[in-house]
Formats: sequence, C-alpha cells, structure tokens
Amino acid sequence: MTDQVKVLTSRWGDNRAHEIDHFGELDGYASLDAAFEKSPEDLVQLVKDAGLRGRGGAGFPTGMKWGFLAKGTGKPTYLVVNADESEPGTFKDMELLERDPHALVEGVIVSSYAIGCRNAFIYLRGECGWPGRRLQAAIDAAYDKGLLGRDIKGSGFDLDVVLHRGAGAYICGEETALLSSLEGQRGQPKLRPPFPAVEGLYRAPTTVNNVETVATVPWIIRKGVDWFRSMGSEKSPGPKLFSVSGDVVNPGNFEFPLGVPAREVILGAAGGLRDGKTLKAWTPGGSSTPMLTADHLDTPMDFEGITAAGSLLGTAAVMVFSEDVCMVRACLNFTEFYAHESCGKCTPCREGTDWMRKILGRLETGQGRPDDMDTLKDICDSIFGRSFCALGDGATSPVVSALKFFRDEFDEHVSGGGCPFPGARVTVAAH
Amino acid sequence: MSDRPTTVKVTIDGQELEVRPGTLVIRAAEQLGTIVPRFCDHRLLAPLGACRQCLVEVVGQRKPLTACTTTVTDGMEVKTQVTSEVARAGQEGNLELLLINHPLDCPMCDKGGECPLQDQTLAHGPGETRFVETKRHYEKPIKISETVLLDRERCVLCARCTRFSSEIAGDPFIELFERGALEQVAIYEDEPYQSNYSGNVVQICPVGALTSPSYRFQARPFDLSSTDAVCNHCAAGCNLRIDARRGMVTRELARDNDEVNEAWNCDRGRYGFAYAQSPQRVLIPHLSEDGKLRTAAWSEALRRAADGIGAAKAKGVGVLVGGHLTDQDAYALQKLARVALGTNNVDARTWPEDTGGAAAAAQVAGRGPEDGMPTYRDLEAARAVVVVDLDPHEESPILWLRLRKAAVRRGVPVVAVGSRPGRLAEFATVVATRPGGQAEALQRLGRGEGDAGKLLSGEGDGDVIVLAGWRGGATGGLAAAAELASTLGGRFAWVPRRAGDRGALDVGARPDLLPGGRPVADAAVRSELGEAWGAELPEAPGLDGPAMVAAAAAGELGVLILAGVDLVRDHGPRELAEQALERAFVIAVDHEVNDTTSQADVLLPGVVHAETEGTFTDWEGRAQATHRAIPVGGAAQDIWDLADQLAVRLGVDLGLHGMDRITAETKLFRKRARAAAATEPHPPLGGPPTGRVAAGEPAGEPLSTAPEEQDDDGLDLVTYPLLLDGASMLARASDLNRETPGAFVELHPDDAAQLGLADGAAAEVDFGEDRTARLPVRVAPTVAPGCAFVPANQPDLALRALLGPAPALRVKVSAVEEAAA
Repeated sequence: MTDQVKVLTSRWGDNRAHEIDHFGELDGYASLDAAFEKSPEDLVQLVKDAGLRGRGGAGFPTGMKWGFLAKGTGKPTYLVVNADESEPGTFKDMELLERDPHALVEGVIVSSYAIGCRNAFIYLRGECGWPGRRLQAAIDAAYDKGLLGRDIKGSGFDLDVVLHRGAGAYICGEETALLSSLEGQRGQPKLRPPFPAVEGLYRAPTTVNNVETVATVPWIIRKGVDWFRSMGSEKSPGPKLFSVSGDVVNPGNFEFPLGVPAREVILGAAGGLRDGKTLKAWTPGGSSTPMLTADHLDTPMDFEGITAAGSLLGTAAVMVFSEDVCMVRACLNFTEFYAHESCGKCTPCREGTDWMRKILGRLETGQGRPDDMDTLKDICDSIFGRSFCALGDGATSPVVSALKFFRDEFDEHVSGGGCPFPGARVTVAAH
Repeated sequence: MSDRPTTVKVTIDGQELEVRPGTLVIRAAEQLGTIVPRFCDHRLLAPLGACRQCLVEVVGQRKPLTACTTTVTDGMEVKTQVTSEVARAGQEGNLELLLINHPLDCPMCDKGGECPLQDQTLAHGPGETRFVETKRHYEKPIKISETVLLDRERCVLCARCTRFSSEIAGDPFIELFERGALEQVAIYEDEPYQSNYSGNVVQICPVGALTSPSYRFQARPFDLSSTDAVCNHCAAGCNLRIDARRGMVTRELARDNDEVNEAWNCDRGRYGFAYAQSPQRVLIPHLSEDGKLRTAAWSEALRRAADGIGAAKAKGVGVLVGGHLTDQDAYALQKLARVALGTNNVDARTWPEDTGGAAAAAQVAGRGPEDGMPTYRDLEAARAVVVVDLDPHEESPILWLRLRKAAVRRGVPVVAVGSRPGRLAEFATVVATRPGGQAEALQRLGRGEGDAGKLLSGEGDGDVIVLAGWRGGATGGLAAAAELASTLGGRFAWVPRRAGDRGALDVGARPDLLPGGRPVADAAVRSELGEAWGAELPEAPGLDGPAMVAAAAAGELGVLILAGVDLVRDHGPRELAEQALERAFVIAVDHEVNDTTSQADVLLPGVVHAETEGTFTDWEGRAQATHRAIPVGGAAQDIWDLADQLAVRLGVDLGLHGMDRITAETKLFRKRARAAAATEPHPPLGGPPTGRVAAGEPAGEPLSTAPEEQDDDGLDLVTYPLLLDGASMLARASDLNRETPGAFVELHPDDAAQLGLADGAAAEVDFGEDRTARLPVRVAPTVAPGCAFVPANQPDLALRALLGPAPALRVKVSAVEEAAA
C-alpha cells in the first residue's frame, strides 16, 4: 500500500494559499534564501543529483536539460514555463495554479537563478482564465513584495516574469511551437537542431519546463536530495500529481510517489469505478498514451514501469473507461481532437488524422467496411515515427491500442451495421 | 576553423562518397544520381521537413528520417528507397496520404506532364484509392494576384511559395492560414500579394496549385519545345527557358544558373513576351509615300534606304542603337557607322553623360568576370556594397535579390546612395541625396564620414564593391562612384538599365569608344582597328544620342538610323523628336509601329527576343548566349544582318556574313583590348577616371552639380522607369499591364506634410513651361527629402516624351481642390 504524499498539494487544502502573506506563513518562498546561498552551478547539480524528471510528459532529466544551455553566447538565457496544459485528461497544472499560484512563482525564481535567466516567461493556455488571473495576481504580489524585479531579497539577482496567454492551440504545448507562438509567429513546430538550449526564444539559449517541474524545484532546495529520493524509484524519484478522470467515484488530482501501482490510484484514491461497473480500459498519461486494461492494474506508475507495459507515463493523466464505453466512439472522440489540433504542417498528421476521423465516424454510424481496421492500422503506421513532431505519434496511440485490445468491438460495428452501445447514433454526427 | 574536417564520408545504398560537412542527405544522394522524392525541399530554400516524402533509413536510427533535413555525419550509413523497405514503405504511405484529398483532375491540370506528384504516383503510387470519403473542396481557382491563381484543392502545403516570399523575395503577403486539414495558402484580406517575383512561386510549386493566367490551359508540357535563352528586359542577365508551341511562345521560365540568377527571375522577364503577337507588330518592310506607310519588298526598301543615305549623307548620318539589342547587333551597327558611313555618330545612350561619367563607364568596357569585374557571387562575399543612383528592385530585380541575400543572410553591409533607393532601404543604410548631390555624398563616404562611411572603412574580408546606375552619368554620381571604389581599393561596376546597354558599351556603340572600350581619340588604336577592318576610321569625335537628336532637329544631320529606338518616347521632348523625324531621312528597324516608326521614311521589320540568336552582356560583363525559340515572324530579319545588307547596298562589305564572323571579331577585339591594357594607359578597375576618353568637353565639371539650397517651394524631380511601365515589350502582357501602377508622384513624408498632401490625395505637378500633370500622391520614405519622384514611362504619362530623357528640373507639387460632384 502506497500512501498519498503532500508536497505539491500540501497547501491545496488551505483556501488562502494564493494570498502572498498567507503563503509566506506556509513556508512559501522559503527556498529563496537557501537558493541564493548556493551558486547557480550548485543548484543545477542539486537538481541533477535529485534526479528530477520533467513532468510535462517526456520525463527528460531537468538538471541535464539545464546543463545543455549554451554558455557564453553573449545572449540572454530564458526560462519559459510551459503552462499550456492541453493534453486531454490532464488538469494538474491548472489546479496547482488555482490553489497555489505562488508555488510556481517561487519555482520560477529559484530555477531562473540556477540557469542565469533574467527574463522568464510563462506560456499559459489561453482558455484558462481563472488560473491565469490567480497567477497574474501572484506575480503582481511578488513584485510588490520585492520577490520579483531588481535585487531580489538583497541577493543582487534580478528577475522579470511575463505571463503570456496562448490562443488555444494544443500544438503550442510542443516546445518549439510554443516558442514560435511566444515570439508572435505561427504556432508550428520547428526543426531541431538548433535545440532551444542553443537557439530558442529570440534565438537565445532557452529551457522550457513544465509547471509541475518548476514547482517541484523549491522543494528539492529546501528538503534536499535524500528526501526527494525517498519517494519513487531510482530512475523516477519524487512525488507526482496524477489527474484521474472518467468513470470513477472520486475523480481529481492525487499526489503519489512515482511508481505507485495503478490499482492504488484508480481503485484506491479515486474510489474505483462508478455504479459497480467493471474497468475496461485506462490511459496512464493522457490521450496520447496507449490505453491499458484491467490486466495492467499492478503496473508501477513511473516512466520505466509504464513503458514496459507498452504505454507511456506522459502527464500521468489517468482516464478511466468502464464497460459501458464504446471504444470506437472513444477513439473517434480522441481522433476528432487530434484532427482539430493538428497544426497542418506535415502531411502524415494533417491528412492521416483527418482520414482516421472520417473512417471512425463511418464505423460509428454504421457505414463501416471490413477493411477499415486494416486501413486505420496502415494510416497509424504512416503517421507514427514519420510525422514532424510528437503530436502525430500521440494521435495514433488511442487507435492502435484500441485495435490491439478491442478489435472485436470494431468488427461488431461493421457486422452489426453500427454501434452496439446505446446512444451512439444520437451523439455522433455523420462524417 | 581549420581543424574542421573538409569532408565527411557517407555510405548511401552501399556506395561510399565524400561530401562537405553540413551537406544534407538529400543533396548527397543527388551526387550519386539517386533522387529521393520530395515536395517541400528546394535547394535554395531553408530545410523545412513538412511534406515528409523524402523518408530514408539511417542505420542506427529508430525511425526513418527526412533526407531533406538530416545532415550527413561522418560514417553515416543511409538507405534510400532503392535499398530500404522501410524507406520505400514510408514514402508510399506518405504518398497515399498526399493523394487522398488531391483532386483527380490531372487531365485538365496545367501541371500534368511535369508534375512531381503525378510522376511519383505513376512510379510508386497505389493503383486504387482506399479513400472512400468526400475530398476537401474549395472554391477554385482563386486569384491571389494578377499573375498568380491558387487552386487550394491541389495544394500539398509544401510552403515553397510562402518560404520563397519570406526568405528570398521578402514579400510577406502570402502565408499559410488555418490549421490541420484546413491549412491553406492565403493572402491577407486587405493587403494584396504584390511582388516583382511572383512568377517564381508558380514555377517552384510542385503541383498545379499555383498557375499563371497567361499559361493556364494553353499547352501540355510534352507538346512544348524548349529553348535556352537570356532575358533582354534588363541588364541582370537572367537565364531563361522559352517554351513554344506551334511557333508561338507559350511561357518563359527561369533557368538555373547559380552564377547569375540562381533559379529566379522577375515577373517582367517571365511574362513580357506576348508583344511578338501584338497587332502593332511589323512583319514586312514599309516605305513612306505621301505621308503614309505602304508595304514594300525587301529589295525595294533597302534600295530606298541606300538612296536616302546617299542623298543626305553629306549633312551627316547618325546611328541610334536600341537598348535591347544583342551584342552582335550593336557591333554590326557601329561597324556600319564607322566603316560604311564614315562617322563616329553611333550611340546607344538616350541620356546625356558628362566626361567623368563617360570615363567611368568606359573603365568597365570590354571587361568581364575574368578581368576582375565584380560578379553576383562576389556581392555575397564583399566587405561592403555601395549602390549609387540605382533602384535595383525596379531596375535590376535579380540584382536586388542577390543584394538582399548578401545583406540578410551573409551580413554584408549595403549602403545606398541616391535620391530614391526604393526597396534597398529594407536592408541598406541609406544616404539620401538630392539629384546632383551624390558626388559630394560619395566623397564623404570615401573619407569615412558618417555611419555609412564607417561601414566602409572598417576592417574585414573581401572587397568593397561599388555599383553605379546609369542615372548618375550626368550628375557626377557615376564618376564619383568609380572614384570611391578607387579610394577604398575596391571594385567598380556600372549597372545599366537595359539589356543591351553593357554590350553596346563593350562593342563600341558609342561615339567615343571603339570595340573593347578603346578610345576613338587614339590614332594608334584607330589605325590598328582600321587595319583589321580594312578601312580608314573617322577621326572626328561623334555625337552622343541626345546630341544626334538635337542635331537632326536642327537640320544638321541628314540621316537617322534608328535600330529599336522609339525617338518620341525615349528621346523627347516630343516636339524635338518629331522635328528630328521630320527633317532627317529616317530608317527605322523595329518590331512595331509606334509614334516614331510611323514617321519613318523606311521601316524595316526586325526580330523580337524569342526570334533572336546572339549574346547579351549583363552588368557583370558576362556575355551569355540566347537562342531562337520560334521561327522569325513574317519577313523580319536579324538587325546585324540588316546592317550588313545595308552596307552592301552602299557598296561596302562589312564582312559580317554570319553570327560566327561577328563573334570572332568581337572576341578578337576583346582580346586585343586586354593585351593593349598591359601597355596602354588603361585605368585599373576602380581607378580614378582618366582622360582616356577624349570626346566631348574636357574632364572635370559634371553637367549638373549639387543643387544650391533653393527657396522656391519646389522639389527636385527624380524620374526613371519602374519595372512595370508602358514599355512596348510589355504590350499584350495583360496580367502585368493590370499590375502596372500608372503615373503618380511620390513624396517624402516631411515634404508631404509641409505641402498638406496625404497618401492617395490628388496633386497637380507643375514641371514648368506650361507642362503639368494631375497625379495621385504616394507618401513614402523611400524618396529623399526635397525630391518628387514621378515614374518615367507609365501608360498614362510618357514623362520623357514630355520632358526629355533626363530632365534636371524643379517641380511644384500642390493639392488639387476636388470639384464638387
């Protein structure tokens, strides 16, 4: 039995944590003094030693990413916080920003200090008005208290933070597209190299970190490497937010050490399935990660464990599907999202997602053909590993995994002339 | 730097080769003759990786990679579709996706037959589609400019067009809009896509999405015969491919030549060919009879021409050489003048040139890249480039592209000196001068004064290159530009406007210079050339273009031979030109009936560009061959041949019985000039103007100098033709004609504010002597303060016919009170 932990969520129960004075009473901004006592290099080493891995989905070691930043370029170094949380099923960053916005500001200050950044940007998903207002208020309050601006707390360290609201494009969560959008360009991914660590925002060395990653850094500074590594596994240490949604009794965000068995998240913390239904499928990390089934409930939820089970930890967004869910309809829903959010730059993602959307729509409305499933698989083959960025790879995950585990359901849609589940025909428009 | 390896080894499909570090896999494969299929990749555009068609397998990589974005590393092993199932399957899968929404209208698509998508589908594509859904539909085609139509259904979204516009031409108003399956090429609602280079986006479109109205539905690529040619619209020297069908030009394309135009050309050069079919075209000889032209046989026309010359020769003969003739035509005409007519009255210039200007231009005569003349490529490696009295975006568009590349991509500082640098201002440091003020500004630059001066005096690799336009010939700018090059130890080039100008200078179609740029005034040179030609060469200095017209108008010149010259339009004022036409015996060789040729005594039909065989020499001094793409129209003849025939009628054999003979002679004289340069006092390129040119007034004072500060409410007139104008070579190029701006007066914002004139307002421009025009106002910082720019030759205002070729005058611009409706 793995207990939930209270690190990033430690202040979530306090409905005044967003007020800066109260935040201070809750040990907020306590990491600043500790950070300013160290050299930036030591801080980067600390984060490396802690083994913090990016919480935005890819799980890249944060300290190593910081270490890649080009030095001596004569250009400024930028920290850009990716708050463009758009992955279906994921809602951890927004709740963090609503309940505890200063936690991010504190993380931005110490992370910027560590990498030598004097201008940090937070790229926030445009639709998220409330978290945005909370965050802006927190930034303003931090300026008022002298925690942002010139000579922060007498350290000689200057930092300005700009909150930028995106215009509502999933692709802008991809770091090069995010940077293009932040520069005022069309939000489409760019070729790497040059990597952002060398030529990022305004062609200057840039690191792009997820909200949760940045908010975790102050805890490492305050409590140390050993404390951090006391949670999770050797390769995936530390606490992690899990967003659980779908057919569960108690959906929401839960904080566990990495490596917690999926069973304890879904059946434990989230209270199991609603109305006594049985579990059919679940995503470990949002819609872009292949679905797993009840057979995988004992999988440890860390980067290695989920990968071994044939999926990805992603953003640790667990979407739970009960026996009532039509997997064709679920795939159609996901695919409509990807077809809508495809930026259009590359052929496989632009054309492939649109074609899949059309085929899945036909299957769901009784226009399916026996060879549609082979075509879907072939389209996924043409997208996966061939599209310009990872959006295309992600778009294939629900379809490939659903065909792997629930092929019979697809066949039933063809042989039965439509969806065997109730309510299908009224919810799905013809394509 | 020196530690970096100069080559890396790569194995492609089992074949090993060495390439430069940084080479893309797709380019390396090309070296082996393996063409990896591609749509978005273009060798002159930055790698994009959008179409994903060029997937190849790289050993050791988990996923297939796009060959167009992957750089070769040492020891890399690549397998293309030739040897790799992964690459082949990847490409075929991608092709299927490209085709699902692509319309099946190949049978009526202009691209059919030369379409990469069609070719690849035929070679590797699925025989049948699995796509049973409805394809994307858009309105088709939509007009994104007068010269470009867009069919979005055919578009594969490779972004070549948008990247060309942003990376190469800097014309931003074409972009990708929307996203996902609805992503599409579009233009801004309130900003038209206007570009002097728009035809290139049609040419590089890998499918039939972008087409030009002039070629649309005209031909099948496999029905066309293609001929290599060189453009004769300006002196940029763009290489062209002329495609013809049934003896008519159906389209012209830019032909790759990395030394000159890379893969681009301008819209005027691309679309300005339809004049060959103009109803004004002259196809048979005409003679004047009772004040009207009547048709005649060649024999009769040549006899009349010879008789006319014989009768009026005593009063003198002048030969005016057009600006769009080949080097061979110009050579034959000057030989006709000197050997058969015994005069140095031969000139291709319509504008006056002072002694210093003539000397500066003469420095480059007969010299090309092999003699150290600066080239297009040199611009990219220059320490700095100074552009004087030239608006290359309008006057030499491909030069503008190369200057932009040098400045934007290579960081070469560009300094623009003159009254209207135009779009040079986008990347150049501008030294704005009023007409006549250039010389002083250039001298200041030479002393390192000002920001621009510091740019030039700084340390760095490469030479300073000074490019001077024709407009400074009479105002001291040309001479001062050559002097600046000398002061800075740099190199100098003269950039004339018209395609034939440089060749005419080289072959001696000038009153002061003989072939190879050698001086008429030098008796030894005269006797050397006279010996080669078997004739005694005239010693008396000849008249330049404007002087010949003036002399003819004054009745002091008995015969005018006009070879491709529109005297009324280009040698105005109209009254003067008409008087010259009236008083002299006029032999005109031309392809059209116009205000000048209709008044000729003998009108002989000449060939048009697509019917021409010969060479054009560009501003670099590079002579390039153009070839006959269509049969000669009617009874028209080559102009060099007519010169030879006319001489025969006058009892002189010029010996120019074929292109080979002319080319042999021009080569010989170029060689002799080069040999002579070793011993004769031949100024180094960029050296100070010398007294080597003896014609005209003594060297020194320019014809006009820096203007005094004047307190007369007037502005200095700046005028020259824009790229799109009322040129006869643009006749019937209806798309271009619709984009031709029409006359306007352009004012600097400061002057406009002072005059109370806003952009778009109507103004009256008073040129003095009761000459006025009502013109719309454009307010732009691209014209120097204190100046008013009016384009020279717009369809609605032939300014040269009004004012003469190079008017130096003050004009008054005032608001027009709009009359109540």
